[in-house]
Amino acid sequence: MFDLQGYGHLLLDGAKLTLAVGVGAMVIAILIGLGASLCKLSGIAVLTGAAGVYTTVIRGIPELVLILLVYYGAPTLIQDVLKLMGMEVYVGVNPFIAGTLTIGFIYGAFATEVFRGAFLSVPKGQIEAARAYGMGGVLTFRRVILPQMWRFAIPGLGNVWMVLIKATALISVIQLPELMRNADIAARSTRKPFTCYFVASLIYLSITVLSLGFQQWAEKRAARGVRRA
Amino acid sequence: MDTEIIIESLPRLLDGALITMEITAISVVLGFILAIPLSVLRVSKNPFIRWPVYAFNFYFRGTPLLVQIFLIYYGSGQFQEFLSDWGLWHFFREAWFCAILSLTLNTAAYSCEIFRGGIEGVSFGEVEAARACGMSGSLLYRRIILPAALRIAWPAYTNEVVFLLQSSSLVSVITLMDITGVARVIAARSFAFYELFITAAVIYLVLVYGVLFVFKRVENKILGHLNPGAASS
Repeated sequence: MFDLQGYGHLLLDGAKLTLAVGVGAMVIAILIGLGASLCKLSGIAVLTGAAGVYTTVIRGIPELVLILLVYYGAPTLIQDVLKLMGMEVYVGVNPFIAGTLTIGFIYGAFATEVFRGAFLSVPKGQIEAARAYGMGGVLTFRRVILPQMWRFAIPGLGNVWMVLIKATALISVIQLPELMRNADIAARSTRKPFTCYFVASLIYLSITVLSLGFQQWAEKRAARGVRRA
Repeated sequence: MDTEIIIESLPRLLDGALITMEITAISVVLGFILAIPLSVLRVSKNPFIRWPVYAFNFYFRGTPLLVQIFLIYYGSGQFQEFLSDWGLWHFFREAWFCAILSLTLNTAAYSCEIFRGGIEGVSFGEVEAARACGMSGSLLYRRIILPAALRIAWPAYTNEVVFLLQSSSLVSVITLMDITGVARVIAARSFAFYELFITAAVIYLVLVYGVLFVFKRVENKILGHLNPGAASS
């Protein structure tokens, strides 16, 4: 259907890297989200404030600016700071690590809100019952809240993943050979830009479709213990 | 930190902010105008009307905006002859036009789904009452369903506008001189990377929370009657 003149494998390689960045960033986002949402719910003013600043600031800045800031800005910032301390070094950043960390850090802010809502959705009675059995804070969290929270978190996390995987296309700007970057290379070499970008868009679309299917399966699985009227 | 370069480049960054605001505003307005009729078609009972809109929304919501921008800006080159014959090549050669076109189509798809949710959320009693008063078709939509649907959809639409404002930073990739574009050019020339990108980030923050403030005011105005506990403004 589409003549890619032998560049098809390049797009597939790119898709693999896109998925690798996406999964890595999602793991980071979940870890940050869990931590920051606990900070928000901790009731300790410093932690609540810090988590609030994090989510407010990150959600107000475009992803592209943050990626450029981390990839180009962070090394020069570190060099400048070290220079003040009398050290002359060159700091370079690997685009894969910079991209994954930045995307994870951005979507951690969105995951924070998802987890916060999910923690609040666990019925109070469950926590009271756990307390009545003599469980302490950590034990209650690990045994009662955490396992039940996921059911409420999955739809929101699914949305975060859908937006996140599309945001990985921005890493092509810092030359990481993921799907978008490779489509760019193929477009220039074959002089068929529309065909190449369109095939790339179909690959993104199929990732979205597969993710939707997986999300439905996960939601069903997480809700298997719930009684339905 | 080199504060001198920040102060020096501030006027150019603010020029960029104007471009960002201009591109966002035009795309939001055009996207809105497109999304309203699309959302009415989207809830049609006829599958031949409903499905094409669904497919459009699915494609534009399921693929990255950057791909859409590249498809329109670089991809149109593949059809240069065809577009020239129709006298359209003139437009597709312009990065500005391609940026507006892709942002408009993108936000139209997202807004259409938001408004669809709004239309489906209109209570049946209101529609029934309007029918009993003899309204039907376009009158029913214009007077009853769309105003109610817009009220329901407003908070979600606010988010969409904020996302579009942030997404407009992608137009810097196709050479437009918005906030991000200006910051990239000056940073590449002066090596003052973090100074400029942090300044750009602060300008975006101000714009985003400015838009949120305005939209919240509108929300209080159009949804105030549903929330009698809150102080009216």
